[in-house]
Amino acid sequence: MSDSPILKVRGVSKFFGGLTALNNVDFWVNAGEVVALLGDNGAGKSTLIKCISGVYRPDHGQITFNGHDITGQAPMAIRSLGIETIYQDLALAENLDVGANVFLGKEKKKRLLGLIPVTDDDYMRAEAAKALQKLDIHIPSLRQKLVNLSGGQRQAVAIARAIYWNARLIIMDEPTAALGVPEQRKVLEVIRTLRDQGIPIILISHTMQDVMDVADRMVVMLRGRVAANVPRAEATVDLLVKHIIGAGEMS
Amino acid sequence: MDKSKSTAAVPWYQSRDFWLKFLASSWTYLFLIAIVIFFSLTGRGFFTIRNFSNILVASTLVMMMAVGQTYVIITSGIDLSIAFTVGLASVICATVMRDLALAGTAIEVAIAAGVLSGMLVAIIPGLVNGYLVAWVKVPPFIATLGMYGIVRGASFLLTDGQQVVGGLPVALRDSLSSIGNGSLLYSIPEIGLVFFSRPADLTPLQLRGTDLLLPYPVLIAAIVVLVFGFILGRTQFGRHTYVIGGNEDAAIRAGINVKRHLLIIYCISAFTASIAGILHVFRFTGGSPLAGEQALLSSVAAVVIGGTNLFGGEGRLSGTVVGALIIATLTTGLVILNIDALWQFIIVGVIIIVAVLVGRVQQSLERRQLT
Repeated sequence: MSDSPILKVRGVSKFFGGLTALNNVDFWVNAGEVVALLGDNGAGKSTLIKCISGVYRPDHGQITFNGHDITGQAPMAIRSLGIETIYQDLALAENLDVGANVFLGKEKKKRLLGLIPVTDDDYMRAEAAKALQKLDIHIPSLRQKLVNLSGGQRQAVAIARAIYWNARLIIMDEPTAALGVPEQRKVLEVIRTLRDQGIPIILISHTMQDVMDVADRMVVMLRGRVAANVPRAEATVDLLVKHIIGAGEMS
Repeated sequence: MDKSKSTAAVPWYQSRDFWLKFLASSWTYLFLIAIVIFFSLTGRGFFTIRNFSNILVASTLVMMMAVGQTYVIITSGIDLSIAFTVGLASVICATVMRDLALAGTAIEVAIAAGVLSGMLVAIIPGLVNGYLVAWVKVPPFIATLGMYGIVRGASFLLTDGQQVVGGLPVALRDSLSSIGNGSLLYSIPEIGLVFFSRPADLTPLQLRGTDLLLPYPVLIAAIVVLVFGFILGRTQFGRHTYVIGGNEDAAIRAGINVKRHLLIIYCISAFTASIAGILHVFRFTGGSPLAGEQALLSSVAAVVIGGTNLFGGEGRLSGTVVGALIIATLTTGLVILNIDALWQFIIVGVIIIVAVLVGRVQQSLERRQLT
């Protein structure tokens, strides 16, 4: 933790009517670090993530990214700064191929006969292949529609898209939920590959094994507060579960 | 994995999957060829240039409506209102032409003004459909069903309840017909090939033997098909159409302006329907609110037979063209065989169901290939 954090959340609170969803939360992510965000349903994980990605505007506090104040900025602005959130539904067009999905909404064009702009599908497929290669992901045919790929492969495509467009912090919401065991392992490998390439990750997960496998640090939330901040070396499943259910407060 | 290895060892022409995939992807083409061969062998006068030219001309109505319908269905919508957008365009077009010609305007000017006003007015239901679907979030079936009634009523109000807009001056009708029933290239007995228009001094025998090799309505329809096929298949606009049909939420999050896109899609649907209505005016030298009513279901059938998924995200315009040709071939073939034309509905109904089933088989084949 020698480097200064790339993302800093300081004293953030968020209220919904009378409900306090976040209460004076401090949270940070260092460069090249995988931070697991844990907590029971309603503990405030999602609210915190949505404040970072710009979906919600915090009522108090400040969020900075690479030294820029991003508090309350629009989701698109925050994405263009390099914070990419991959939700469980992945936001892919499963009826199209990998190239089309990596370039979704930002299609590469070329001019036919020097005149008419058309989509450059070969270029997009080749670039998508490179992006997947960087993540050490193999997909049998790049011309395949996503609907024919496995859940882990689709997850990889969503990550590859984020990386391709220069994501500098990736937030992943339950990336291994709804995947088979070999697929889960593959996604965890991708997360490690990303970290080795220096891209920090916030990982929301309910699966203790995943968290123990890949996270460098675990942040546990409880009733809108940060209840614990546990480095990997000190973490055990027991300890984390205690914090999650609130038994850690008493001990 | 073992499975794919064992099939890879078999030459492709012996692999069951290869033939199944081939059948699934091209059965509509094969079916079209099969019915053409069948009617050619059984129906007298079916296998003639004149008959094929007639089939193509007859197919343009359904074809034009189906072009826009393909776009709409790929976005997982449907446009029922084109049933009367065709008629609205034809009524406006014919009325403007007639009134201008009667007022002494030059024929060419009257025709150009009629065509333009037909297209422009027909865009209005498209704009309303697009607004209702994209902004007000009315389900496309309901929004366009509403417009179906509104456009129908409006068209009949414009004609004072008449089914036909007639009374066009003879000179105007001749001009219209020379395009609507004319051809870029004629084949005339004892003369040979003639471009642009029929010579005036033909014997009755020559007249009867004249074939239209490139009828103007077919040429116009072909241009519309090529332009919109290109847009759908090759451009960013086309790609976004598939994205919206596949996952509207992903499209929004990817920064695609989904609302504007849907508005344009419903306008395209209205536009190609208006081409159908204007072709009607040229072919029959008059307009009718009912010009497109019978063709609505056929247009949807052509799209579905052509392999477009009713749930959106999948489909090609080439498939739609084949679908429209199958319907037109069946209609003409059954008439030539002197079979009750009502059988056409039954046959088309069966093909639609087959098309949906084949689409499902195709999807499972694609999936099997990978695992």
